[in-house]
Amino acid sequence: MMDDILPAELPLFAVWVIKAVVIFGSLISAAGITTLAERKVSAWIQYRIGPNRVGPFGLLQPLADGVKFIFKEELVPDGANRLMFRLAPMITAAPAMMCIAVIPFAGEVVIGNYNLGNLSITDLSVSVLYVGALTGLGIYGIILGGWSSNSKFSLMGAMRASAQMVSYELTLLLAILSVVLLAGSLDLRAIAESQASSAEGGIGVWNMFLQPVAFVLFIIAMFAETNRHPFDFAECEPELVGGFHTEYSSMKFALFFLGEYCAIIVMCCLVTTFFLGGYDVPFWDSAPWFIQLASFVAKAACFIFLFLWVRWTLPRFRYDQLMGLGWKVMLPLALVNVTVTGAVVSFGWSPLITPVLAVAALIPGVILFARSNPGEASLTGHALSEEGSAS
Amino acid sequence: MSSQTTNPRTTFEYKPGVPAEYEDDPIHGEVMKLNMGPQHPATHGVLQLQLALDGELMRDINPVVGFLHRGKEKTCESLGWAKFFPHTDRLDYVQPLLNNVGYALALEKLADIEVPERGQVIRVVLMEVSRIAAHLIYLGTTGIDLGAVTMFFNTFKEREKIYTILDAYTGHRMNNTYVRIGGVYSDVDETVEGMLREFLEQFEAQVDEFEGLLTGNRIWYDRNRNVGAITKEQALAWSLTGPNLRGTGVEWDLRKSQPYSGYADYDFEVPVGTIGDCYDRYLVRVEEMRQSTKIALQALDRLAKSRGAAVLAEDRRYILPPRQKVQSSMEELIHQFKIVTDLRLPKGEAYSGVESSKGELGFFVASDGTSEPLRCHIRAPGLMNVQVIPLLAEGRLFSDMVALIGSLDFVMGEVDR
Repeated sequence: MMDDILPAELPLFAVWVIKAVVIFGSLISAAGITTLAERKVSAWIQYRIGPNRVGPFGLLQPLADGVKFIFKEELVPDGANRLMFRLAPMITAAPAMMCIAVIPFAGEVVIGNYNLGNLSITDLSVSVLYVGALTGLGIYGIILGGWSSNSKFSLMGAMRASAQMVSYELTLLLAILSVVLLAGSLDLRAIAESQASSAEGGIGVWNMFLQPVAFVLFIIAMFAETNRHPFDFAECEPELVGGFHTEYSSMKFALFFLGEYCAIIVMCCLVTTFFLGGYDVPFWDSAPWFIQLASFVAKAACFIFLFLWVRWTLPRFRYDQLMGLGWKVMLPLALVNVTVTGAVVSFGWSPLITPVLAVAALIPGVILFARSNPGEASLTGHALSEEGSAS
Repeated sequence: MSSQTTNPRTTFEYKPGVPAEYEDDPIHGEVMKLNMGPQHPATHGVLQLQLALDGELMRDINPVVGFLHRGKEKTCESLGWAKFFPHTDRLDYVQPLLNNVGYALALEKLADIEVPERGQVIRVVLMEVSRIAAHLIYLGTTGIDLGAVTMFFNTFKEREKIYTILDAYTGHRMNNTYVRIGGVYSDVDETVEGMLREFLEQFEAQVDEFEGLLTGNRIWYDRNRNVGAITKEQALAWSLTGPNLRGTGVEWDLRKSQPYSGYADYDFEVPVGTIGDCYDRYLVRVEEMRQSTKIALQALDRLAKSRGAAVLAEDRRYILPPRQKVQSSMEELIHQFKIVTDLRLPKGEAYSGVESSKGELGFFVASDGTSEPLRCHIRAPGLMNVQVIPLLAEGRLFSDMVALIGSLDFVMGEVDR
């Protein structure tokens, strides 16, 4: 009976629309859930209860927050560049959301008679480049927002954010590059599948174990890339009041936060794809799509928890220490790691020896770093000012 | 004084435009003037800092105080000696009882009143508990300033226990006003002693936990080490006292050097730092919390031995008669009325300093023999701590300012008075 009414096969366009709506809607609701999770996790860490008034266990709190933001008065400060001021939150939020289009959440989705294809909005053959380009775009919103607010605190937040993004983007992409070298592809789905035990010529080991150095570097860089604590200099409440969003109110303020949380979710999806085998279910190659999806979501959720955990535990770096860490420690490490991986791939050795080689190559550097007096190693303001006057 | 120990600048230098030394430099731009505060999350109250910023570097700093000035010294002169006690609570409002004792000691010196043994021991307990509470505030707020927000909740969890105990004893959580001329208002009962002992015995483990989160943390170390370092000579020249002076390695603690309230009989040590930077000041304060715990526990032992003894001196010239006598005897009622409305201290002047959590808290009192105080001057250690900000912050990064403000540890209620 049903078969008579419904078409035997869904048109391609309809499949796209369904997937886009579902995945995009999931991202926005996941961002809302993450805000609730942030408040709940911080409450648990800090001997508090957290939101528990709206809905059972405070589950409707994100909704209440959203309604509140919409009904708040929008203020544009005197002397602000009105166009840029309005544009900035959109520029921040949009690229973060667009990245979700290429994330492979699961394999082929089959519901009843319908085969909807792979679970991702699109499979791009150069999706790594797409992601790299878009994560770099988000910073424009922060710079424009900070500059157009006509506030000194906002301007300083924007300046810090731009310098920080440039430094850590390099490390982030170099860490990705070593994974790309191993997989031999710029396609996120291919990278994810190359780590599964069913992969052709693959050894079924997650990149987390093959590329431990790149894994750690990626995790540190993604904190900086999303402007999250301990690298949240762009907002940095005790110094810059609110940083780039000091002057923002109402839904424009909420959009900045939506962008931030979307960026966190995207980064967690990326680290899952690159280093944890994506939707791979350990020891179960032929898992159905919903199990694969659950596996992916569980892995990503662990990283989201890591984001929250770190935020409420560690103190914040100082701006120059962050730059020192980025350029003097992480970038050299990433370069060594890429070199070692490149050598392993080009000589056709087993990828299993990459961690051994990478660690062996890093030992002298780590020893040198550890032997240096921490007090001297850190760049103090005095040292900076001397360098500044010397140049 | 050598040029090293004095601040070369006496006025705030800010001229709009590109500074002369950068005129040919295409990278450097104008110096920006930034008003940090008085409404700013990190200035611990209503301190205003005018900054001349060259990018992230602070070229010049001008602290502006006085936003919380309430005329406390003048209030004392118009209210009279005894009625000023509640106002001392509002000076450094994170340690009201310590301020009470400081003021009472000055009056007792002026009137030559001997405080009974048990009253002194109770005062020591109250002072040490107040010191712990004040240091907890320091640790929590500095944690927030440097991004470790959870520290604030950790320390406030402990501070809440102190408040509960003080509430049980004095009936107030803050602004207790429980010290009187000649002793304390009422005796500590066994329940409160038990609560105090329970708190103090678990507190050292809590301090270990705070240290576990911060002391060995590389980020915390880098943010505090070599930041805001001050030499011994500078610290003495700028009349720093308390943990800020001890951080430089000078062993100066009024409890040891000029013992009051029987501190000479207690066994404790004075922690000192080495180079006087923010990290040293942090370590000194953390260790002081442990030492305060030690002193308070010793004092509790003494309290257990002297139960029932007097806590208030018997000198009827300055001290209120007991309540039950007032209700039964006409002479005592008149006496009480006389003291409440017209308390006269002998002609003369006296200065007395106590080791508060911020440094030497001193009260100078002068009396002409009438019930109106001639002069009451408060030596607020916080004011000296604010004064050194330009000296320590000049030429450093903007982010160091919050570490510096946190570690110098001042309360604007006391600075502005």
